[in-house]
Amino acid sequence: MRRIISILLLGIVALGIILTLVKIPFGVSKTKVGKYYIDKGVEETGVTNIVTSVVVNYRGFDTLGEVTVLFIAALGLGAVLSTRKKKVKRKVEPASLILYTGCRFLFPLILLFGVYIFIHGHLTPGGGFQGGAIVASAFLLIYLGSRERRIGERGTKAIESLGGLIFVVVGLAGLVISGYFLRNFLPKGIPNLLFSGGIIPIIYIAIGFKVGSELAGIIDNLGGAVSRLS
Amino acid sequence: MIFVTLLVLVMLASAISACVFRDLLNALIASCLVSLIASILFYFLQAPDVAMAEAAIGAALTTAIFIIAIRRTKRYEEDEKNN
Repeated sequence: MRRIISILLLGIVALGIILTLVKIPFGVSKTKVGKYYIDKGVEETGVTNIVTSVVVNYRGFDTLGEVTVLFIAALGLGAVLSTRKKKVKRKVEPASLILYTGCRFLFPLILLFGVYIFIHGHLTPGGGFQGGAIVASAFLLIYLGSRERRIGERGTKAIESLGGLIFVVVGLAGLVISGYFLRNFLPKGIPNLLFSGGIIPIIYIAIGFKVGSELAGIIDNLGGAVSRLS
Repeated sequence: MIFVTLLVLVMLASAISACVFRDLLNALIASCLVSLIASILFYFLQAPDVAMAEAAIGAALTTAIFIIAIRRTKRYEEDEKNN
């Protein structure tokens, strides 16, 4: 009986969703703002990656909120897990030679790729969030390969705070110099060059460091809790 | 087009098997496969930014965090009647 009722309810919900989706024309732009970004984005911001120009410039304040959410999540996780931490040093089983060598070989390459992604965030696809996640996955590899090595908690916290601080300070500098928060006050330069786009690459590199250190810190917190308790 | 259809079918199969598997580690690998194929599909839909984020966060970091969680708890799902 319960099963029949739940299937019936699911069917009703699916019908509602289908009826709604049929009404929406697919692939046709309904707003003018997207077209505006595509037409004027490169000219106004000096950034060839339109996604970056929207994320950091047009909707920069939203990105600040997003970064803050991530910061609070990492902070809360650290606070919850730090109550369980014990200072006892346990002997951990070392990884096999193949895993260790592979991780040691791949770690610098993945790290370099992540840094490349967020430094070129304003030119090619990708940016601070993606590059930071790739950097964090490189640190995950270190955690798998050589288990006794730990990421310094104080270092990740310092880099994280510095990244957030740079974002806010650059935004406030825009407020002081040109009148509103996150205004692009530096010269825009020639599009397609590495040094172009004014404050956008600075902010995205700061976000890259911040996200990378935050996610690496989360992995370190969780993994550290496991190796201490199990 | 055939390749994309094949990818979508594999994605559906792995999504269903992620729900069905009793071994949580296998279910986790299946859901990792869903994320990976989603990132390939995002790339085909000309959204490389999203594809990168999905591959790095959805396929790599989320899987790692769930593996840590499974190590802390239980690997096999129990029957509902036992609870």
